[in-house]
Amino acid sequence: MRIIVPIKQVPETNAVRMDEETGTMIREGVEAIINPLDLYAIEIAIRMRDEHGGEVVVISMGPPKAVKALREAIAMGCDSAVLISDKAFAGADTWATSYVLAGAIKRIGGYDLIICGERATDGDTGQVGPGIASFLELPVASYIGKVDSVAEKSCRVHRLVETGYEVLEVDLPAVLTVVKEIADPRLPTLRGKQKARKMDIPTWAGGDLKVEPDKLGLNGSPTRVVKIHKPTVARNCQKVAAADEQAVEQAVDQLVAFLQGKDLM
Amino acid sequence: MKYSGIWILAEQDGGRVQRISYELLTRGRELAEKRNTDLTAMIFGHDINADDLQELIDCGADRVVAMEASELEHFLVEPYSACMLRIIEEYRPEIIIAGATSTGRTLMPYVAIKAHAGLTADCTVLDIEADTGNLLQTRPAIGGNILATIKTPSHRPQMATVRPRSTKPAAKQPGRSGEIIRLEATADLLTSRVRRVGFEASEESHSLQDADVVVAVGRGIKKSENIPLMQELADALDAALGASRDVIDRGWMSYPHQIGLSGKTVTPKFYLGAGVSGSIQHLAGMQTAETIVAINTDPDAQIFNVADFGIVGDLFEIVPVLTEKIRQVKGNG
Ligand SMILES: Cc1cc2nc3c(=O)[nH]c(=O)nc-3n(C[C@H](O)[C@H](O)[C@H](O)COP(=O)(O)OP(=O)(O)OC[C@H]3O[C@@H](n4cnc5c(N)ncnc54)[C@H](O)[C@@H]3O)c2cc1C
Ligand SMILES: Nc1ncnc2c1ncn2[C@@H]1O[C@H](COP(=O)(O)O)[C@@H](O)[C@H]1O
Repeated sequence: MRIIVPIKQVPETNAVRMDEETGTMIREGVEAIINPLDLYAIEIAIRMRDEHGGEVVVISMGPPKAVKALREAIAMGCDSAVLISDKAFAGADTWATSYVLAGAIKRIGGYDLIICGERATDGDTGQVGPGIASFLELPVASYIGKVDSVAEKSCRVHRLVETGYEVLEVDLPAVLTVVKEIADPRLPTLRGKQKARKMDIPTWAGGDLKVEPDKLGLNGSPTRVVKIHKPTVARNCQKVAAADEQAVEQAVDQLVAFLQGKDLM
Repeated sequence: MKYSGIWILAEQDGGRVQRISYELLTRGRELAEKRNTDLTAMIFGHDINADDLQELIDCGADRVVAMEASELEHFLVEPYSACMLRIIEEYRPEIIIAGATSTGRTLMPYVAIKAHAGLTADCTVLDIEADTGNLLQTRPAIGGNILATIKTPSHRPQMATVRPRSTKPAAKQPGRSGEIIRLEATADLLTSRVRRVGFEASEESHSLQDADVVVAVGRGIKKSENIPLMQELADALDAALGASRDVIDRGWMSYPHQIGLSGKTVTPKFYLGAGVSGSIQHLAGMQTAETIVAINTDPDAQIFNVADFGIVGDLFEIVPVLTEKIRQVKGNG
């Protein structure tokens, strides 16, 4: 089977620092990594290939340096990669991103499954997976926590919802978006890294895809960011120290009194 | 035809209207007043409880459009999106708001692509420009480090999802009236390449979001063997146990317990966090709690900025004493 995994390169947001004045992110010195939630998509795709044969193709839409993310995915065990990169894609929202990725997936063709991460840690919308499915007229099963079985024409999966797990049978080809619990991502191997270094990764621009120029990038995006600001949170905290045993007793008594005063006990 | 009216996506489970629907009515009502227009609730399902539909009116909707068929009993992306697209075609809503639930987060992007609509995920604040009707959608981005305000100037409908529990559900207002339209969904809308063949309920994940009291464990707990310490406190308080992402990532508790930006939003009456630093991402999931209490060894921990009461000290010393004390007080009460 052929599995396509769209991955995004994102800044290491755990280490993100903000410019207090402009409210923008300081990008210098921030490492670019594979969106952590996409590692789960890569892992389950590799496992499915190992079990059922076929290949895993990773794709990423982004600037030329996003090729590094693709090489990392190859080092983990993916078979081939395509970078989708064009200045015309800049400023794309989830509509325009899904449009281009769907265009690239059509060009690859012959796929059985497209597996996305749950969401990207920078844009953080989780909209691109279902968006790709919609453009490709495919069914989508989101928040998949477990793949039970894969047959030629369908797969059976567990979908994490608010109250538990739905067991779904999904006709192939289909799009899945997966959550963390699906599988522990492996680390790249030394051999994988060597293979990744040598691999020829093609770049496709807008002209290589069947896409309409006015639907690309910022121009093709229905949404506009009009303001960025820093969140402010503050309450008046009644703070007590509890450094020794006696102070602990006192602090606990104060807390209990506080809670009783608020009718919380 | 021009686009007008505010619409929300109400959700049902087993034919009963779900809480998120009433939260969306709160949001929708505010927008409808500002824009001076009608509020409609759409809902897809099978044999939906008639009293519940009336309650949507009682709680702020001017109109309810229910599309029903046995195939719509549970969420399936293809029939649900076909129904929503039919509604968009027929009624031309200016704005559609859904919950950022497993349903809303899947259905809305699927529909937005086909409707060529702008869609903003996980909004925390929604406002409207009265003259243009542009929806001002504010949401956390880049791991909650910033808030971005987004609008959709030239595409309609404008679509947004909002986090469950980020607003109070609308209350019944006496004397409201409105129209309830119940439609049988036609067969052309109902084909699906996804079939729901089973369901496995998990109670614990449900109770976290519904709990009035939440006890949260942070990395300060140091190892999974120490979790029972917090479980005992939670039991004494009759609370649901949640955790920060670090605790989940280390495998000390399972993912459904995660509170925060990439986990659950909780809005309990009372949240108590121990060994939680209060990262902006964690705060995104709990700062709307009515009363917040924090226990942390670090007097400068961020969590104290949002707390009403804080104890600076070692949770391993404090929590057992607190648990015991609460048991005593409750025992006597
Ligand atoms: C895109 C993105 C999404 C994220 N989503 C979430 C999310 O949904 N939820 C979430 O929680 N995080 C999320 N995070 C992670 C977040 O940035 C933090 O890493 C995480 O919340 C920290 O967890 P913590 O407070 O338990 O651990 P730490 O930050 O390590 O804090 C531990 C705290 O425990 C205190 N402590 C240590 N020992 C003791 C003791 N004996 N007694 C009392 N206190 C003690 C320390 O002083 C410290 O303040 C996200 C990050 C990103 C980038
Ligand atoms: N630029 C991109 N290139 C490739 N895949 C992407 C891109 N953006 C998003 N995705 C995929 O879509 C998922 C959801 O992303 P998002 O909707 O941005 O939160 C990610 O986990 C990726 O699998």
